[in-house]
Amino acid sequence: MPGLEDLYREIILDHYRNPRNRGELETPPAHRVEGFNPLCGDEIVLFLDLDADGRVADIRISGQGCSISQSSASMMSAAVKGRTIAEIDELTRAFKAMMSIHESSLEGGETSEAVEPGDVKLGDLEALRGVVKFPVRIKCATLAWNTLAQGLEEASA
Amino acid sequence: MVVSSDPIDGTDLKAQFPLLSREVHGRPIVYLDSAATSQKPLAVLETMDEYYRTINSNVHRGVYRIAEEATNQMERSRDLVRGFIGARSTAEIIFTKNATESLNLAALSWGRANLSSGDIVVLSHMEHHANIVPWHMLNTEIGLELRWIPLDGQGRLDLSDLDNLLDGARVLAVSAMSNVLGTINPIRSLTDAARRAGAISIVDGCQSVPHLPVDVAELGADFLAFSGHKMCGPTGIGVLYGRQELLEAMPPMLGGGEMIRDVRLDGFTTNDLPWKFEAGTPPIAEIIGLGAAVEWLQAIGMENVRAHEIALTGYTMSSLSERFGDRIRIHGPADPIERGGVFSFEFDGLHPHDISQVLDEHAVCVRAGHHCAKPLMKILGVGATARASVYVYNDSTDIDALADALEEAGSFFAL
Repeated sequence: MPGLEDLYREIILDHYRNPRNRGELETPPAHRVEGFNPLCGDEIVLFLDLDADGRVADIRISGQGCSISQSSASMMSAAVKGRTIAEIDELTRAFKAMMSIHESSLEGGETSEAVEPGDVKLGDLEALRGVVKFPVRIKCATLAWNTLAQGLEEASA
Repeated sequence: MVVSSDPIDGTDLKAQFPLLSREVHGRPIVYLDSAATSQKPLAVLETMDEYYRTINSNVHRGVYRIAEEATNQMERSRDLVRGFIGARSTAEIIFTKNATESLNLAALSWGRANLSSGDIVVLSHMEHHANIVPWHMLNTEIGLELRWIPLDGQGRLDLSDLDNLLDGARVLAVSAMSNVLGTINPIRSLTDAARRAGAISIVDGCQSVPHLPVDVAELGADFLAFSGHKMCGPTGIGVLYGRQELLEAMPPMLGGGEMIRDVRLDGFTTNDLPWKFEAGTPPIAEIIGLGAAVEWLQAIGMENVRAHEIALTGYTMSSLSERFGDRIRIHGPADPIERGGVFSFEFDGLHPHDISQVLDEHAVCVRAGHHCAKPLMKILGVGATARASVYVYNDSTDIDALADALEEAGSFFAL
């Protein structure tokens, strides 16, 4: 039987108490995107600043939610700063694979190979591995990532 | 702690509910989410099982014996529901699949036939989405002016400007008891004010009908909606009470069998009330189950259900505040007489998802979220709350278990 220590690792609580990259960015040039958790109670607003090379030059997070959604968002923001959209896409899929969510690529043309969770370094995000034992909370952990994906798609359209 | 004014204290109602004797994570379940759905007593379960085992058949059309019995049982249940809320006639008791459908039926069917562009509909800030969204939908269709009764600092309706709000209004749609705050609203004075203003009243009775005695003549409501699953009945059955004159004049919402008198190639005529609004095969087992739930509650007596809840509400408010002081904030009126046993609370600055996760570890079931009342959440200044709610089968040991589990949550997340 999974215990709460599986869900609430120390790193998670740290990111919850001291969330990184909180705040807002001027829009435009930054892009603003909102996300809601179907397990109601979590909201996230992301501000994304993409530079000319398609890298996330800056990111800010606001909104409110549970320790899982907020810490995942905080860890996400630290992990994606300075990365390209392609790198973020790989990271997102690795994170979701850890959450046992496997989504096939919808892009035509080059098909990307299945991302093995071991290929991509998840760093602090590994702490969220235990969420998979509490299926209802998976949506809390993936909220920031789904919102990010939507925002990147909108911003580069 | 024995509360002497509680007529249910000392009786072991839990024993009649099979689910309440199960364990979760190795502990006895403590079910504190009856505002979301209630547990079902053996009497209801056995009645539905018996129906399927002995008389299951389609109603209103069979000449054979069991079809006649099924029809009788179903219509007998309709009469039980009629008596439960004091309606004059079974013509005024319409079965739907839930209270949301009932509220949609009232808003959309009455609304489309009677409202036109610019008409005024008065709602309140504490309404459940089921009593807000149909009006937004109708607004998109025909263009309405929506007005909102605000709240005071204690989670009660602020009625200081009511006559102004109702001036020129066609509809007042309001909750009898809040599913977030527990506030019991003064329905009679609200429906009187609506009537003086020339408006009809639609009352959301989802939390009130299961928890306190309800008489539609006393309420003065034109429509009353509630559901079976919150009053010890099964899911899949709701009720719309409507004044006969209003229902006669309303067009049906769903078309098909049962709700017609005649169908030709060039048109149709409708059936009498209440069947005019009941298209297709009804949820027969569920209606019969609801009848059994009504009988079960009437055997206890709704005054006793209410007295028990007042006592348990008092215990909850005082024991939680004694134990946690400033660490806990319970929304809604402070006086148990003014509220039902629905407690939305904030605790130690913890998020409701996290609170309910730790509580689940201790087999305590509470709800976390916006409770289908996002406008209200915004007014309270929160994204979500944790909510514990009690019903006739709960007692002080359940509240003690809640308090113990909250203490655990506090330690676990100690900031």
